[in-house]
Amino acid sequence: MSILVYTESENGTFKKAAFEVASYAKAVADQMGTSVTAVAVNVNDTSELGKYGVDKVLNVSNDGLAKFNAKSYASVLSQAAKQEGSKVVVLSQSADSKYLAPLLSVSLDAGYASNVVAAPTSTSPFTVKRTAFTNKAFNFTTIDTDIKIVGVSNNSFGLVENSASASSEDFSPEITSSGVTVESVDKVTDKVTIADAEIVVSAGRGLKGPENWGMVEELADVLGAATACSKPVSDLGWRPHSEHVGQTGKPVASNLYIAIGISGAIQHLAGINASKVKVVINTDPEAPFFKAADYGVVGDAFEVVPQLIEKLKAFKAANA
Amino acid sequence: MKILVCISHVPDTTSKINFTDGDTKFDTNGVQFVINPNDEFGLTRAMWFKEKQGASVDVVNVGGPETEPTLRKALAIGADTAIRVNAEAKDGYQVAKELAKVVKDGGYDLVIAGRESIDYNGAMVPGMLAEMVDANFVTNCISLEVDGTNAKAVREIDGGKESVSTTLPLVIGGQKGLVEESDLRIPNMRGIMMARKKPLNVVEPNGASTETGTVKFEKPAPKGEVTLVAPDNLDELVNLLHNEAKVI
Ligand SMILES: Cc1cc2nc3c(=O)[nH]c(=O)nc-3n(C[C@H](O)[C@H](O)[C@H](O)COP(=O)(O)OP(=O)(O)OC[C@H]3O[C@@H](n4cnc5c(N)ncnc54)[C@H](O)[C@@H]3O)c2cc1C
Repeated sequence: MSILVYTESENGTFKKAAFEVASYAKAVADQMGTSVTAVAVNVNDTSELGKYGVDKVLNVSNDGLAKFNAKSYASVLSQAAKQEGSKVVVLSQSADSKYLAPLLSVSLDAGYASNVVAAPTSTSPFTVKRTAFTNKAFNFTTIDTDIKIVGVSNNSFGLVENSASASSEDFSPEITSSGVTVESVDKVTDKVTIADAEIVVSAGRGLKGPENWGMVEELADVLGAATACSKPVSDLGWRPHSEHVGQTGKPVASNLYIAIGISGAIQHLAGINASKVKVVINTDPEAPFFKAADYGVVGDAFEVVPQLIEKLKAFKAANA
Repeated sequence: MKILVCISHVPDTTSKINFTDGDTKFDTNGVQFVINPNDEFGLTRAMWFKEKQGASVDVVNVGGPETEPTLRKALAIGADTAIRVNAEAKDGYQVAKELAKVVKDGGYDLVIAGRESIDYNGAMVPGMLAEMVDANFVTNCISLEVDGTNAKAVREIDGGKESVSTTLPLVIGGQKGLVEESDLRIPNMRGIMMARKKPLNVVEPNGASTETGTVKFEKPAPKGEVTLVAPDNLDELVNLLHNEAKVI
C-alpha cells in the first residue's frame, strides 16, 4: 500500500530531484495515511532518504542497470510497485524519468499525470495540479485508475525535511532486456545542468555574436549557475542546441533566471515562466520581458554584466 | 520502409490561452492551429527518408474534423496519405490506444511522434504507444539514421546527449535536431494543390477509454510590476536578490 518513489541517482549518489520527489511522496503518504518506499538503483549510501520522509528503501544493485535504460528501469519500478502493492508511484520530470514514465504507465495499467507542481488537492478522486500550455495555464487533473503515477516537476515542490530514518532492504528484480543499447554518453560533468540548476543565466541575440559569451559564462560561474540561450542564438549556431530554452526548447524552473539581451517573446517566456524570480537586462525599456520580470535593469549588457560580476564577487567574498 | 508520423494539432505558439464552459475547456475562439513544432521536425526527417532512402510516409491525427487543415498541411509538405481517427482527443492514454490500432493495422516499421505537444505537454503518447505495440522507443531524439532494420539515434539527456543503437519497429519522440530549423518546409502552391487530391482517410475509433480527466483549468495569477534598478546602482540589485528575493 505504501507510496512508491523512484529516487534517481548518478554515479552512486542521489540527485537533488530524488530528495524533492521523496518529500512529495511523504506529503501524499501523510494525506493517505500510509508510508513511503523508495527504489534506489546502484546507490552507495541511501540513509539520507530518511531525512526526506522515506520509511523503507528497496536497494537494487545490478551491473545490468549501470547505464540508464528506460525499459529496464521501468520494469524494475513495475516489479517494486507490485511487490509493495503500491497505489501511487512518484517520480521526477528529469529527462530519464520522463522517458520511463509512459512505459511504466502501460505496464502497470496506471494513469499518469506529468508536470505536477503541487501535492494532490484531493486523494479521492485523486486530483493533481499540473502545468499545461507550456506554463500559460494550470490543469487540475484526476487520475482515475487504481494505480496512479505522478510526475513532479523539478523545483516545484521543494525539499521538506523530516526526522525519520529509513530502513533498507535488498531488492533483486528480474532485469528485462531492452531493445535500445546505449553506445556512448557525451555529458558535461563539470557544469550544472539547466534541469538541476537553481540559477540560470541566459542570453539572447542582444549579445551580437558568440564571441561575447565570455561574460555570460563568467556571471554563471560566479553564481554557480547553468547557462542558457534564446532560440535564435542556437539556430544561428552561436551556442549549442542543448542551451535553447523556451516553448520549443528546454523548460526552466530555476529559483533565479537572469535574461540578458533577450526581448521576451511569448515562446521564450512560456518556457521559463516557472522560474521563481526573473531578472532582465535590456537596453530597450519597451522589451516585453520587463512585463514578465521581477527585477529589471534598462541598460547595455556590455556595461551592466561586467559590473554585476564585480559586485557579485564582492558580495560572495563578504558573505563567504 | 513504412513510416507513420503522428501529428498533433495545437494552438500556434503566440495564441492567447483562455478557457470556456466554467474553465473546463480550451477556448478555440480566434486561435490559429498549427502542426505541433516537435512533430514538424519529425515529419521533415520522414520526408528525408522518403527522398533519400525510399519510404512511404503517412500522417495520423486523433481528432475531430477541425484538425483536417493541419493534416492537409502535412500532405502539402509531402506526406502520402493522411489518417484521421475520428475521436476527440481526451488524454494521452486514449490517444496512444487509438494510435496503436492504426500502427498495428498499417504494419508500420517506424513511427515518428513529437517529444511532447505544446498544448498539454504530456510527453506520454509516444512512450505509451511504443509499449502498446511492443516496439523499441527513443525519446528526446535529436538524430536518427536507419539502415535496413537497424537504427542509430541520439537522445538529448540532462546535461548532454547519448548515442543509442536499436532496431525496427521503432517509435521516436522527436524534437529539433532531427532536422534543423532551416530544413523545415513551407508548402508551395504545387504541394498545396497536390495535397487536395491525396487521400485523407477517416477511420472510426475503437472507443479507447481514458485514464485521467480534466476537472478545470486555471490561469496563473497576474504578475506584479517589475522593480527597476538603475544601471549605475547594481549594488541595489545584489541587495534585492539577497535580502528581498532571497535567491542568492
Ligand atoms: C514556433 C515558434 C517557436 C519558438 N520557440 C522559441 C523558444 O522555445 N525559445 C525562444 O527563445 N524563442 C522561441 N521562438 C522565437 C521567439 O519568437 C523570438 O524570436 C526569440 O525568443 C527572440 O530571441 P531574442 O530575444 O534573443 O532576440 P531578439 O528578439 O532579437 O531580442 C534581442 C533583445 O536584445 C536587446 N538588446 C540589444 N542590444 C543589447 C545590449 N547591448 N544590451 C542589452 N540588451 C540588448 C534588444 O533590445 C532586444 O530586446 C519561437 C518562435 C516560433 C515562431
